Amino acid sequence: MNYSDSFRDKELVQGLARRIAELTKGLEKPLVFMEVCGTHTMAIYQFGLRSLLPPQVKLISGPGCPVCVTPNSYLDRAIALCRLPDVIITSFGDMLRVPGSSSSLMEERAKGADIRVVYSPLDAVQIATKNPAKRVIFLGVGFETTAPTIAGSILAAKAQGLTNYFVLASHKTMPQPMAILSADPELQVDGYICPAHVSAIIGADAYRFLCEEYKVPCVVTGFEPTDVLQGVELLVRQALAGESKVEIQYSRVVRWEGNAKAQAMLADVFTPFDAPWRGIGVLPGSGLRIADKYAEFDAEQAIPVQVEELKEHKGCLCGEILKGKVSPFDCPLFGGKCTPESPVGACMVSSEGTCAAAFKYGR
Amino acid sequence: MNNDLILLGHGSGGRLSHQLLDELIIPQLSSVPVAGQNDAALLNIGGIKLAFSTDSYVVDPVFFPGGNIGDLAVNGTVNDLAMMGARPLCLSVGFILEEGFSKAELARILASMREAADAAGVAIVTGDTKVVPKGKGDRIFINTSGIGAVEHNLLIDGASAQVGDKVIVNGCIGDHGIAVLSAREGLEIDSGIQSDSAPLNGLVADLLPLGPALHVLRDPTRGGVATTLKEIALQSGVTITLDEKSLPVNPGVKGVCAILGLDPLYVANEGKLLAFVAPDQVEAALATMRRHPLGKDAAIIGEVTETSAGKVQMETLVGGVRGVEMLAGEQLPRIC
Repeated sequence: MNYSDSFRDKELVQGLARRIAELTKGLEKPLVFMEVCGTHTMAIYQFGLRSLLPPQVKLISGPGCPVCVTPNSYLDRAIALCRLPDVIITSFGDMLRVPGSSSSLMEERAKGADIRVVYSPLDAVQIATKNPAKRVIFLGVGFETTAPTIAGSILAAKAQGLTNYFVLASHKTMPQPMAILSADPELQVDGYICPAHVSAIIGADAYRFLCEEYKVPCVVTGFEPTDVLQGVELLVRQALAGESKVEIQYSRVVRWEGNAKAQAMLADVFTPFDAPWRGIGVLPGSGLRIADKYAEFDAEQAIPVQVEELKEHKGCLCGEILKGKVSPFDCPLFGGKCTPESPVGACMVSSEGTCAAAFKYGR
Repeated sequence: MNNDLILLGHGSGGRLSHQLLDELIIPQLSSVPVAGQNDAALLNIGGIKLAFSTDSYVVDPVFFPGGNIGDLAVNGTVNDLAMMGARPLCLSVGFILEEGFSKAELARILASMREAADAAGVAIVTGDTKVVPKGKGDRIFINTSGIGAVEHNLLIDGASAQVGDKVIVNGCIGDHGIAVLSAREGLEIDSGIQSDSAPLNGLVADLLPLGPALHVLRDPTRGGVATTLKEIALQSGVTITLDEKSLPVNPGVKGVCAILGLDPLYVANEGKLLAFVAPDQVEAALATMRRHPLGKDAAIIGEVTETSAGKVQMETLVGGVRGVEMLAGEQLPRIC
């Protein structure tokens, strides 16, 4: 048995599920826990974990898929940029299918735009080195887990003296939307399954204010099935005891103070700003834009372009789904008008999107 | 959204490919699609039963661990014929070469085609070569078509799966896709995984004596095992239930999939077949496969559990249950 298999041990998982069932037996109102991170959403669907939990425990998905929370306005700007001459757009694969107001990057590629999927922003820097006559733009989307690698790419480009590498940055940061959700009277969240790798960067201390201000339990949880169920068990125990504190289930990776080096890189290259979240709106201090001293690498500042007028897609419930208020199956477009081939909303596109996970695994 | 353009996903073998076939290609070209949704058309010409199939190869890179576009082009068409239980007889080959392609590389590709054809016992009897200007193609594309003799009276068909059938695979899944992916520029992962590209006609010939207990044969190429099983479930109107822990997957494939966020169930194979066998002959089928060099890791991975509108589900490693859908969009373009 290898290291990852031991976290997928059937006996252990079913033992945890039984313990959760015993703890919650007879509860009249189910406990509702939100997993904030898209990787948790995927793991829960992929391993069929909901089918193992008792009806007294309900898991809902939150706004933690970076592609899903990226607003149309960002896509529209990326699409406008890809239509400029001598531009190469580089991106993680998922962004290509996200619909903007009237097109998508995949459609633009079919029409001839030079759009390349990369697995690391450093690959994009390499493309810039190899193509000095082109402007190479990386679509910087993601939370604190990907932001340091993008900061690293800007530092690498600067060190190499590159003048043709740019980042269109739309990074989001994590605890703020959880505060908004906690304050939402329409939403009952009895505890948060806090992100695993985001927490490795920002540290578990970042969630303390949620416990103090909103009296909601927070457990930083890993992505393997035993991790998720142990995280749920810790949340159940806190909720039943009326406690609200931060606990680290994912202690093999996450520390209270986080990763100081990555935090320093983020503070150097980026500046916090009031970021727009799809479906949620503008949240104060919830995003990272490129700091002024690196403005020459900021595609938004360095490459002016006319962006088309914003159009939102009618009937799409992405916003409500991202807030955990409705499930994908409640959306009238799900599986009909909105499928992975022709997605209406971003939640159907990303491999970590709630609707994509529900479509692939949940039906 | 604009739906007027062909997207890379239309070549994925998944849902978009099916849409293109069902909505445009089949209605335009044939009112009665002879091949149905099977890997080859069955023809009856003056009492002689033949299987006829064609396939084009655009794999990138052309050379990858465990093979190249040449043996892939031979094995792929041989396997499409074999999945009808046919004995492959002869192939045609068409080359589309880009101006500037290296003759030495072409020679290597031809040598592996020759070798693969000999191994499969087929003759390459006719062909065509075209050259397009530099930049108008990508190095080399190959089409092969093949004819096979159908010498049995069995109904081996994607629509023949029955409740109770066991699903057998002849070995580890996902090797080809991961081998090709590992060789891609910009990725260059040293996974140690070789493509499983191989002719399956010998293995199929060994299975045919099982007789009417052999219900479905299908090679899970593009779209992987998940997509192929979903196709069979839809064609036969049944629910297929997989057991995740019995899926044979190489540790290297598992590792690369975990890093890149891929699911081995959706990764292409080029030397694997799925056999649906009635329960009373399952042990015999498994033993037959395991005696063959291409079936030594054969495993029962699931069964047909009930009649339905066409559903695939899987009992996960940890005992949960989840649905399994066709590949959506493009997972790895130009894998074969």
